[in-house]
Amino acid sequence: MLSRPFAGVAQRTLGPSQAFRRYASAAPTAAFAGKKDSNGKYTVTLIPGDGIGPEISQSIKDIYVAAGVPIQWEEVSVTPVLKGGKTVIPDNAINSVKKNTVALKGPLATPIGKGHVSLNLTLRRTFNLFANVRPCVSIRGFKTPYDDVNTVLIRENTEGEYSGIEHEIVDGVVQSIKLITWEASERVARYAFHYAESSGRKRVTAVHKANIMKMSDGMFLSACREVSKEFPGVKYDEDLLDRVCLQIVQNPKPYSDRVMVMPNLYGDILSDMCAGLIGGLGLTPSGNIGRDASIFEAVHGSAPDIAGKGLANPTALLLSSMMMLRHMNLVDYADKIEKAALTTIAEGKVITGDLGGKSSTREYTDAIIQKLGKA
Amino acid sequence: MLRNAISAAARPTLARPATTLASDFAKVTKRPPTKYGGIYTVTLIPGDGIGAEITDSVKQIFEHVNAPIEWEQYDVSGMSSSGEALFKQAMDSLKRNRVGLKGILFTPISQSGHISWNVAMRQQLDIYASVVLCKSLPGFPTRHSNVDFAIIRENTEGEYSGLEHQSYPGVVESLKVSTRAKAERISRFAFDFALKNNRKKVTCVHKANIMKLGDGLFLNTFRRVAEDYKASGIEYNDMIVDNTSMQLVAKPGQFDVMVMPNLYGAIVSNIGAALVGGPGIVPGCNIGSEYALFEPGCRHVASDIMGTDRANPAAMILSATMMLRHLGLDPIANQIAAATFDTINAGKVRTADMGGSATTSEFTSAIIKAL
Repeated sequence: MLSRPFAGVAQRTLGPSQAFRRYASAAPTAAFAGKKDSNGKYTVTLIPGDGIGPEISQSIKDIYVAAGVPIQWEEVSVTPVLKGGKTVIPDNAINSVKKNTVALKGPLATPIGKGHVSLNLTLRRTFNLFANVRPCVSIRGFKTPYDDVNTVLIRENTEGEYSGIEHEIVDGVVQSIKLITWEASERVARYAFHYAESSGRKRVTAVHKANIMKMSDGMFLSACREVSKEFPGVKYDEDLLDRVCLQIVQNPKPYSDRVMVMPNLYGDILSDMCAGLIGGLGLTPSGNIGRDASIFEAVHGSAPDIAGKGLANPTALLLSSMMMLRHMNLVDYADKIEKAALTTIAEGKVITGDLGGKSSTREYTDAIIQKLGKA
Repeated sequence: MLRNAISAAARPTLARPATTLASDFAKVTKRPPTKYGGIYTVTLIPGDGIGAEITDSVKQIFEHVNAPIEWEQYDVSGMSSSGEALFKQAMDSLKRNRVGLKGILFTPISQSGHISWNVAMRQQLDIYASVVLCKSLPGFPTRHSNVDFAIIRENTEGEYSGLEHQSYPGVVESLKVSTRAKAERISRFAFDFALKNNRKKVTCVHKANIMKLGDGLFLNTFRRVAEDYKASGIEYNDMIVDNTSMQLVAKPGQFDVMVMPNLYGAIVSNIGAALVGGPGIVPGCNIGSEYALFEPGCRHVASDIMGTDRANPAAMILSATMMLRHLGLDPIANQIAAATFDTINAGKVRTADMGGSATTSEFTSAIIKAL
């Protein structure tokens, strides 16, 4: 597994002068191994999701057709069905992702009430989605107090504080168990180093709280240190969670040369914090890299208030799909589409309401497609 | 979305002075601090890193204003475990005097190293409420303005329980302990704090969607306590910690008083400090029913600039003024706080972290001059 030669594609277009950053690339632990069908296309599972999901998915589909991306969508619903007295994800959805090994997923409404197992959690467990990759890059044309953000954060996604093991020992006293295993720590660390290597970042920083949680975070660090020996070309260092929070918010710039890797909870908090720096979840892509499949998704909500009105901003899902294309080594398509989308936002003429514009999803999509023609 | 929200979040500036605690702020009630002939004895633990330099500033300033404080100094260092005997003496002193001022003690990361003495102090003295005040300084603009919130952090349990074990090679469990009693105590503290300091809203920060039992207990207890304070007119809400972090860096104006379990406090206080200009200007304290220990709100050792006379002592000076108020010495406290803010706002003498070139000593002298 380790010795598998690393796909060199992602290395090509790197350099400080590059206008648009790349978001993701394949790694040996979960490399894309899909085959084209007889029409020369890859099949990818599409989970449009709830609320604005179908609209923004349509936007992606249209853009992909216009760009001639060799992808055929297999649309499935993950709306839970009742099976043996339990609510579960429909089998055909599971089978589709299993077969295609790549999926793009829109936002899901969180069912309120008891008895529902979180869909995201189910997907994570079913496909061993062990690493959550969250890049945050300042978007030109959308002003926030920070215009120099370019962070990549990789979060362990299967254990830690989210183990779900809790119990009430006596009335009013609860123990929640944070579970850290060597295996999972090493796996996510390895992906972080590969990501760094393939995206041209020179450093991996493990973020921890091992001064307090000496054994658990301590083991996470040991695993990272061990893996770092296999990557002499990538520098490795460690930093306290407190310091990282402080420094990114004060000045995110020094973090543009590295990949941060950390246990589950810290990653959850820091990835959303970084998203806050660039203007929220409507602009941040996310990829879940797994052993058996990888799922790329928009992490924002399903926005039921504007659903069906054609006003939603498809950017987060589009950028997530760029991560997906790079994961599938369809780098040229990703570069082309990303450039068209980011230029459209930077020009600020045809942008959706959440970015301060007046355009509809349709108009924004068409503007991107028009840019594709010129590229 | 964001632009509008930021301007909408701009709030009228309250008359409350920056970083103060109201004069009737939670005093140690059970037993009074040690006082002989009008002089209070206070335990001083400069701590590691820049601690010695910034507590020297405090000592000089106190000397200048003739503050009725006598220091009982313990140069405890967490750099090696050999300091444990001195650490115990310092604890005895704190138990005698009930009030202390401290810098941050280094905690080794290695498993063989000693546990965090900072945490040990908070747990042993049961100084359960950490108070950190983040407020924008008018003379020192940062990326954000209109930041003015207080972080109330549970200081004695949660993720910092120190209970960990390896159940099988390569499998470690770390216990987060949450109790109703402590959740209730800190929630009450937060509402009392809001009342006494003329604040309007208390936000509970949690992750109860994932840690349904642990943080669920914290959140439910908070809501129950909030019911008791309904008549006082203080608003309350709750927010998941990841969203809180995102909101903090985008629209910090929406927060007033925030209450949370231990670990989230570490994260939020660092974000808060970064919003207003760094750990050098954010004061804090740890309060229990018997003891009070004052220390900078953003707990960094800063060994990288140690001994270079470049540290910003403002956080420590302001923490010391909180201590003076706690002892009922409000006039001196106000005098020192005003001189400190005037010096920062004037902008002529500032330390490197605030973009200036002044040394710690020069900054201290400027404050003394302003007094």
